[in-house]
Formats: sequence, structure tokens, C-alpha cells
Amino acid sequence: MFDDRSPIYRQIAERIKADVRSGVLKADEQVMSTNQYAAFYRINPATAAKAFQQLVDEGVLYKKRGIGMFVSEQAREMLRAQGRETFFSEFVDPMVVEARSVGVPLGDVVRRIEQFENGEV
Amino acid sequence: MGARVDVEGVSVRYGAVTAVDDLSFSLAGDKIYGLLGRNGSGKTSLLSVVGAHRRASAGTVRIDGEPVFENGRATRRVCLVRHTGDAVGTSDRLEHALLQAATLRESWDPDRAVELMDLFELPLDAKFGELSLGKRSAFGVVLGLASRAPLTMFDEAHLGMDAPSRYKFYDALLADFAAAPRTVIVSTHLIEELAAVLEEIVIIDSGRLVLHEEVDALRSRGTSVVGEAEAVDRFVAGLTVLEQRELGRTKEAAVFGELDGARRDRARAEGLDLRPIALQDLFVHLTEPAGGAR
Repeated sequence: MFDDRSPIYRQIAERIKADVRSGVLKADEQVMSTNQYAAFYRINPATAAKAFQQLVDEGVLYKKRGIGMFVSEQAREMLRAQGRETFFSEFVDPMVVEARSVGVPLGDVVRRIEQFENGEV
Repeated sequence: MGARVDVEGVSVRYGAVTAVDDLSFSLAGDKIYGLLGRNGSGKTSLLSVVGAHRRASAGTVRIDGEPVFENGRATRRVCLVRHTGDAVGTSDRLEHALLQAATLRESWDPDRAVELMDLFELPLDAKFGELSLGKRSAFGVVLGLASRAPLTMFDEAHLGMDAPSRYKFYDALLADFAAAPRTVIVSTHLIEELAAVLEEIVIIDSGRLVLHEEVDALRSRGTSVVGEAEAVDRFVAGLTVLEQRELGRTKEAAVFGELDGARRDRARAEGLDLRPIALQDLFVHLTEPAGGAR
């Protein structure tokens, strides 16, 4: 469920962020408690707690005392904005490098993107 | 409430053999700890001393500040489950062993014991000596978990259990811990499966402390550096190198320690490939005698 090559708390935080970005987790929706999360994924509760604390610090989640943790109102838009900032360096630039190394002309890449956008592929 | 454990300069010697060698570390408590080491690294000898089953040749173990050896008040707070199940006689019926455990411990939870017997499919009227190795281990786990002892230790207790039973053990341990935090130490040489369940690990080798750290943090501490041999040598100079291998002009070095952004940029500029090392491999590197500079 988690890979062994990076801290699990970071992997949990990334997963929750992905769910918020994609809309699986909606604003003001409650997320699992630390202990539920620990039991479900069979991990130490302190590891789950660390992930949730990071998400609270980043403003993705907020705490309601005695009730639990919820998705912040602005979380989705914030995460989408962060994603836009790194989109080109993280996805487009490596794609251009890969296209060059296997000999695909950039014109073909652009055509493919347009076809995809128009629902032709 | 979990117990605090202080191991202070503990040595265990058997004649000329030193199993535990001037070992010191402290566990703040209320966490699930892993005690890791290869076979013969001193885990069992150490836990025997912490559990007051044996006197240390030198040094002291304190439980909540009190020396544990020959101290009833401290030992009542401690439960050590050994994989051999030596606390139970072979002709004992399991229900009698449970009753005995109940009379020895104020913290014993009889309802939890019955639940766990059911979970591990252990018949109350079975004799301990008639159980398979896996079932004996499971019974040890029942004794440990139901003890609710502020310090509960499992010495390779889950070793003989099959995978479904081991997962039941991890689930039961997490459930108990969520309901009432206490100090738990699980010793093992199989880190892969158990690592996610642990909060901190203590690694020992040849009876000495290798490291004591938060497990999850350890997942970012090992990096494999691959590239042209001279560039790798330049890059790893001054770092803790656990192992190096060469293939022609290519070299791989396993380094220990977090690499900051500047170092990562330098690696990229030098054309070096950086890859995280899996926890299991890191454990092998850290406890390998031929590991080099440790």
C-alpha cells in the first residue's frame, strides 16, 4: 500500500491532497481519524497523525475539537494553484526531453494534444 | 499509561562471550518500538535483562526510574513474551495458563484474553504442549496483549506465525494501542512487514547500539549514488558511506544521512543518479560487518 522508499507520512499527505484536488474529498467533508487511518492501513498512529498535522499546517485540513478533521473550504483551489505552478516543469519539460530522445517531432506532440482535447483519441 | 525504559551501560556476558556490550538508550514510552538486529545480535539477552528475567553482568535497567531487577513493583509493570513460550508448562491447559496470568497481574484484561483466544482460534481446553509452533506463538501474543502491562515486550513472539496470523497480531496490537497507549517493544529481524506498525526502532549489532530513530524518518535517510566512479568518489567524500560497488567505470555508493537541496543539485550537475534505499536494504547495510565506514 505504501512504498518503502519515502516516509509514509508524506505518502499519506500526498494521497489526501490528490483526493482533494480531484474532488473525491469535498470541502468541509470529514476525513478518517488518526486511529481509523492507522487501523485501515495497518500503520502506526503517530505516522498518520504526522501526516494530518502537516495538512493542517498547510491549510488543507482544519480541526474541530473533539470531532475530527475536515477539508478546508479553500483547499482544492489552493492545491490546484500549486499544481499549476509546477505543471510545466514537472510534466511538460520531461515530456519534451523524452520526445526528443526517441525522435518524436514536437509538431506531432502538439497535434496529439489537440486531438486528445477534441476527443479524437 | 506506558512505562519509561532506561537502559544504562548494560552488558551481558556468558563466560568469554559478550552478548550485550555496554549498551545505553532510553525509551520515553507510550510508543510501539521495534528492536532490530540480526540473529545473535543480543536482542534476547537485552530483553531478558529489561524483563528482569536475568541479571545484567554490568549496568542497570530502570522502569519508570526504578531498577527493575529483583524489584516486584517494577516487574509487575513488565510483561515479556518469549518466542519459546517458556512461561507455560507443556501439560498446562490454556485456560489454566490464562487464570495464572490473571492472578499474577492487576492489569490483566480477561475479556480481551477471551476475544483474542477466539481471534487466533485457540481452544481453551487445549494443552500448550499439543499446539503447533504457530499456535504457541499466537498464545504468547494473547498473554502479552491481554496483560495490558505498561511495558509489554514480544521477543520474536510472532516468528512461528503464518502471514494471516501475523496480520491479526498487528491489527490487534494497533487496536489495543489505540484504545490504551502503552509501551510496546517488538524484537524481530524481519523489518519489512513490521516497520509500518512501529514508531521508533532501536537497531543493535554485536550487542552494541547502531541507531535509535523514528522509523518513518529513516525512510529518507538512505541514498544510493550511481555514476562515473571519480564523480561518485568526489560526491560522497565526507558522507557516511555504508557500501560501495564498482562495475567497470560505474560506481554505486550507499550513503546514510539526509541530502539537502544543494547537494542534490550538485549531484544533478555532476550527472549522478540518486535513488532512495528501501528500509530493508538500509537495515542490511547498517548491520553488515563488511559495511565499511560505520
